[in-house]
Amino acid sequence: MTVIYNREDKIFRGVVTGGALTSLIVLGLIGVFLFMRGAQIFGDKGIQFITGTNWTAGSGDGVIPDDFSIGAMLVGTIVVSLIALVIAVPLAIGGALYLEFYAPRRIRRTLVTLLDLAASIPSLIFGLWGIEIFTGFGERWAVLINNWLGFIPIFSVEFDNFGRSPFIAGCVLGSLIIPITTSVAREVYSRTPRDLVDTCYALGGNKWGALRAVVIPYGKSGVIGGAMLGLGRALGETVAVYLLLNLVFRYNFRILESEGGNVASLIATKFGEATEYELNALVAAGFVLFLLTLVVNMTATTIVQRSTPRA
Amino acid sequence: MSSETAATVEPQTPWSTPRAIRIRTTSVVALSAAFAVVVVLFTGVAGIDGWAITFMGLSIVVVLARTSRAGSKERKDALMRVIITSAAVTAFAPWLSIFGSVILKGYLGIRPNFFSQDMRTTTPDDFLEFGGALHAIVGSLLMVLIASAITLPLGILSGVYLTEVRGRLTFLVRFVVQSMSGVPSIVAGLFIYTTWVTATESFSAFAGALALAVLMLPTVARTAEEVLKLVPEDLRAAGYALGARQWRTAFMVVIPTVRSGLTTAAILGVARVIGETAPLLLTSLSNSALRFHPFDGPIASLPTYVFGYLQIGTEYAIARAWTGSLVLLAIVFVLFTLARRFGGKDKR
Repeated sequence: MTVIYNREDKIFRGVVTGGALTSLIVLGLIGVFLFMRGAQIFGDKGIQFITGTNWTAGSGDGVIPDDFSIGAMLVGTIVVSLIALVIAVPLAIGGALYLEFYAPRRIRRTLVTLLDLAASIPSLIFGLWGIEIFTGFGERWAVLINNWLGFIPIFSVEFDNFGRSPFIAGCVLGSLIIPITTSVAREVYSRTPRDLVDTCYALGGNKWGALRAVVIPYGKSGVIGGAMLGLGRALGETVAVYLLLNLVFRYNFRILESEGGNVASLIATKFGEATEYELNALVAAGFVLFLLTLVVNMTATTIVQRSTPRA
Repeated sequence: MSSETAATVEPQTPWSTPRAIRIRTTSVVALSAAFAVVVVLFTGVAGIDGWAITFMGLSIVVVLARTSRAGSKERKDALMRVIITSAAVTAFAPWLSIFGSVILKGYLGIRPNFFSQDMRTTTPDDFLEFGGALHAIVGSLLMVLIASAITLPLGILSGVYLTEVRGRLTFLVRFVVQSMSGVPSIVAGLFIYTTWVTATESFSAFAGALALAVLMLPTVARTAEEVLKLVPEDLRAAGYALGARQWRTAFMVVIPTVRSGLTTAAILGVARVIGETAPLLLTSLSNSALRFHPFDGPIASLPTYVFGYLQIGTEYAIARAWTGSLVLLAIVFVLFTLARRFGGKDKR
């Protein structure tokens, strides 16, 4: 069927298309502007910018040269986000299964409402809660883990100071992404065809049998997508990490040591007193972070879109 | 009238758990909870977290003991019930704890002056009877208003494109909007810093609003699409059948039908950005005085207020931060309630 539009409608369609394309344009502009501002640094440092660990502001007269690279912060970003993911995903799956299949109906409605609300608690409040409330618990767990599993390199520490560690930041980021991951997982699980579940019961299966045979496999790709959305959020998290971690510029894989940082918190920390050149370096760091999260989010989007049949 | 009495029929619920079993289950749970308390009191296990872990461990033991004579299928089912419930409790604990602690610690500072004064003549360490967050609340509202004014039309256009125009770029637009929702907030701040702030050479509420708009657009666009999708195809057909052009149908039939749904889109967008801190640190900075001018220099906002006083770290400064968080959370809560109220209206 071919539709012929008159002039009015063509204008309408043009305007609407233009409006719809703003997000594409903005996304493109973000990339272009950040890259232009950071280009100088990429030119000066090359690949060293993402592998080196130094972040030294020069003395200005050239005695101490400027040396900016974000390797340590990239590692920190990934370590903290992975901890968050390892903690959040199993709990979120448990939470989603509970809400969909175990919770009494009355509790469930309240919890689902609260869950939606929790997904929009500002990360700043998570940071506040992290340093004021959670750190006490986190330190105790860190000591326990170190006592029992200290022989494994990542759980060893150099100094017996367990506060402000990637582990604690990871736990708080994990709490931060639990609501969003749980609600995506719950969405997916709730779309399991009722017939399949009933068939399981009819064949003599019990609840866990139905979950294992039907619900969990059915929701697998959706849950992976939800986890990646959570990962995207954790990678770009600024204030919570800023409040919870001391910036230390070296590769740190010991998650209980009180040092770390991530790219986003680096930008927030150094922004205030940066020189012109350092600012460019910060923008370059922002560009790297932008690319990283974009790749993660696009992958997540593709997975989620493929797993949810469009109405 | 006959004299024999009619037998009264008691309503039966054969599917529900018998009372005796319910009492037994409750008492077993209560006993293990009590036992966990004893463990916490007399061993090295400490705190509410220690109690919870002991309790979960005990529950698993109890379940295993009770199903020891049942088949492996039943045992697994009972075991997984305990494990999934424990995981759920652990997953919900952090944010329930956040709601609790923000309310408990924040309400101390809720006084009239918190909403009527700024911090121009107050030092962070003054008693809570002095100073307030009026400037921060006003600044936040100002920025969010400007951001909404920018994103709402764009978001609706984007939704209209996806549901009415349905052009060749549908897939691309949907994909980009979805990916854009993952742009880290600090990157949005940097973007506005490198463009607007650098060009105008001044931090301002407008710059902050632009950064928030970048973050708000995907939420508004996506919600608008969801809402417009609910409009029945018949309504559009009716519009065309009456001789209306596509644009008239869109603006006079489709959009008015979902007016309250679009309000929901705007509200959810505002809820998404009202607590954003990182972009404001790079675009609007903060201020301790009440300002209204959107283009004139740094301006306060609730998130930067909380962030700033948290950084100062003294007793009363932190109390102010908690109160600021409570106000922030209350705003998000009110917005959500409004969104639900409006969102329910369109659904028939």
